[in-house]
Amino acid sequence: MIYRESGQFRTTYNQDTQIFPLRQDRFAMIALLAVGLVVIPLVASDYWLKALLIPWLIFSLVALGQNILTGYAGQLSLGSAGFMAVGAFACYNFMLRIDGMPFLVALVLSGISAAVVGMAFGLPSLRIRGLYLAVATLAAQFFIVWALDKFGWFKNFDPSGVITAQPMIILGNVFDTAQEKYLIVAVVVGVLALLAKNMARGSTGRAWMAVRDMDVAAEVMGLPLVRTKLLAFAISSFYCGVGGALFAFAYLGTVEPSAFTIDLSFRILFMIIIGGIGTILGSFLGAAFILLLPILLSVVFHLIFGNAISASVISSVELIIFGVLIIAFLIYEPHGMARMWQIVKEKLRLWPFPH
Amino acid sequence: MGFQFFLEVLVTGLLSGVMYSLVALGFVLIYKASGVFNFAQGAMVFFAALTFVGIMELGAPFWLALPLTIGVMVLLGMATERFVLRPLVNQHEITLLMATIGLTFVIEGTAQLVWGVEVRRLDLGIKDVPLKWLADNTGMFISQIDIFAAVVAAILVSILSLVFSRTKVGRALRAVADDHAAALSIGIPLKRIWALVWAIAGVVALVAGMLWGARSGVQFALVFVALKALPVLIIGGFTSVPGVIVAGLIVGATEKLAEVYIGPMVGGGIESWFPYVLAILFLLVRPEGLFGEKIIRRV
Repeated sequence: MIYRESGQFRTTYNQDTQIFPLRQDRFAMIALLAVGLVVIPLVASDYWLKALLIPWLIFSLVALGQNILTGYAGQLSLGSAGFMAVGAFACYNFMLRIDGMPFLVALVLSGISAAVVGMAFGLPSLRIRGLYLAVATLAAQFFIVWALDKFGWFKNFDPSGVITAQPMIILGNVFDTAQEKYLIVAVVVGVLALLAKNMARGSTGRAWMAVRDMDVAAEVMGLPLVRTKLLAFAISSFYCGVGGALFAFAYLGTVEPSAFTIDLSFRILFMIIIGGIGTILGSFLGAAFILLLPILLSVVFHLIFGNAISASVISSVELIIFGVLIIAFLIYEPHGMARMWQIVKEKLRLWPFPH
Repeated sequence: MGFQFFLEVLVTGLLSGVMYSLVALGFVLIYKASGVFNFAQGAMVFFAALTFVGIMELGAPFWLALPLTIGVMVLLGMATERFVLRPLVNQHEITLLMATIGLTFVIEGTAQLVWGVEVRRLDLGIKDVPLKWLADNTGMFISQIDIFAAVVAAILVSILSLVFSRTKVGRALRAVADDHAAALSIGIPLKRIWALVWAIAGVVALVAGMLWGARSGVQFALVFVALKALPVLIIGGFTSVPGVIVAGLIVGATEKLAEVYIGPMVGGGIESWFPYVLAILFLLVRPEGLFGEKIIRRV
């Protein structure tokens, strides 16, 4: 009843191909943007911003990159944390070694560096598929973290091994309060998500999906396989790299190579599995889920058991629940929470009628 | 650094390669029989070792703890097959892989919850000291545990080969590994065979876990050994038991040699990524591994 499209006619091709064809969707998106960019910075506390919203947006961005590679292009990758590391350290080095480097330019350059590294480690995808490719990306993950750790130049020969991110300065204004950091992250993530949505809807996305479904057939059909696969790796690593740079600059403030572990890569993979593989919304939902679940669990445990439960028990239970959820989602809803949301919307179209 | 040192490094590498092969053996068994890549094998190794040590700490002697742990691993394997794999039969291999990654987390979490997070010592009665006879005669220092592990691995592989080739159950296992549908059509109970394979893989995980635990203590890092077994599988081929042995030896030897001879030039730590890069190079040249079956993709 609320969600019906009757009475909304589309009379031009432009109207037909817009991202949100329904008026309700457009309205909802504008409201979401207004809340996200205006209301939340004014109303939310520093804790909410720093501990929940900023990491959620950053991990949504990285999950978006992972989704482009694994969800749209079908190349299973376990190296996203490594590409985040490349982005973080590249941004740090660009701002360190080039005087007067604007932050946004450094952000883009760090994404490009991550993209180049991603393309290099994506070269095996031209010969190997599936599980073997996952192992190749594991090699990328371990090698990148080792290289960033071993060669002190990346860390400016800091003896502690931890680098401190420079403050973010755009057009002379320093962005260091939680609200300002949140605004930067929100704008960057919003723009990149829009770009990803359009890429996925267009010929690039269709080429990726063809490669995912059956790459031999795609090649026979005339799709340039090399270009498509390497582009997927490049763009995915760009997103992961920008995410990593924001991770270092807008969230943690300091970063070391060993923070980007294989565990983080697995979490990012879980984000897209639970959120919805091959969807843009799924990246956001999955990131929220994976970030919020540990907090939710510890709150619930403390409510039920008081302070009798140690942190290690909670983290063990968290691991178990993660694993069970992954398996449950794969068995019962392999397309993740995004598909569940789609089912809700379809039911909303018919409500209050059942069919 | 003389030739003797080189031999020492080589032999130590080969022996540690045997350990990798043991872990990879579990992978191969499951992959051959059910086409599933069991990412959780490393977690199973860790869980098996931890359960064994935990049961012994609760007071049971060695000869009681061992069958109890075998029982636990068999149950774990059968439960995995029933609750994780059977609902996902015939799905895409990546879906199955991700399900086993989820299983890894479940097993790790359970192990930590039940047995705690401290590092434990596993005492098999064999000391980690160089074999005196060898040291006296040839001047090479090779740990007794490594030699014991190699002997145990050889015995295990021979037992498995005998079972596979001489017994009725082994024939059924090979039939299922070859073609599920054909095996089903001649009356082989597929579900029971799968449960059996997972149980066997659990027992292999226990052997690997005990040997690894005796060598380096039962700690969480054992899970990452599984990640090291992946290059072994790739180089040897996913479906070949002799391939896994040979590949394990290759990976173990080259990893140690690279660390000792190339490591000092770049600051060390090469062990963490060298096997993977080796695996990639192998993949680019021979995608199915040394002994694997050629991959034919049909459109």
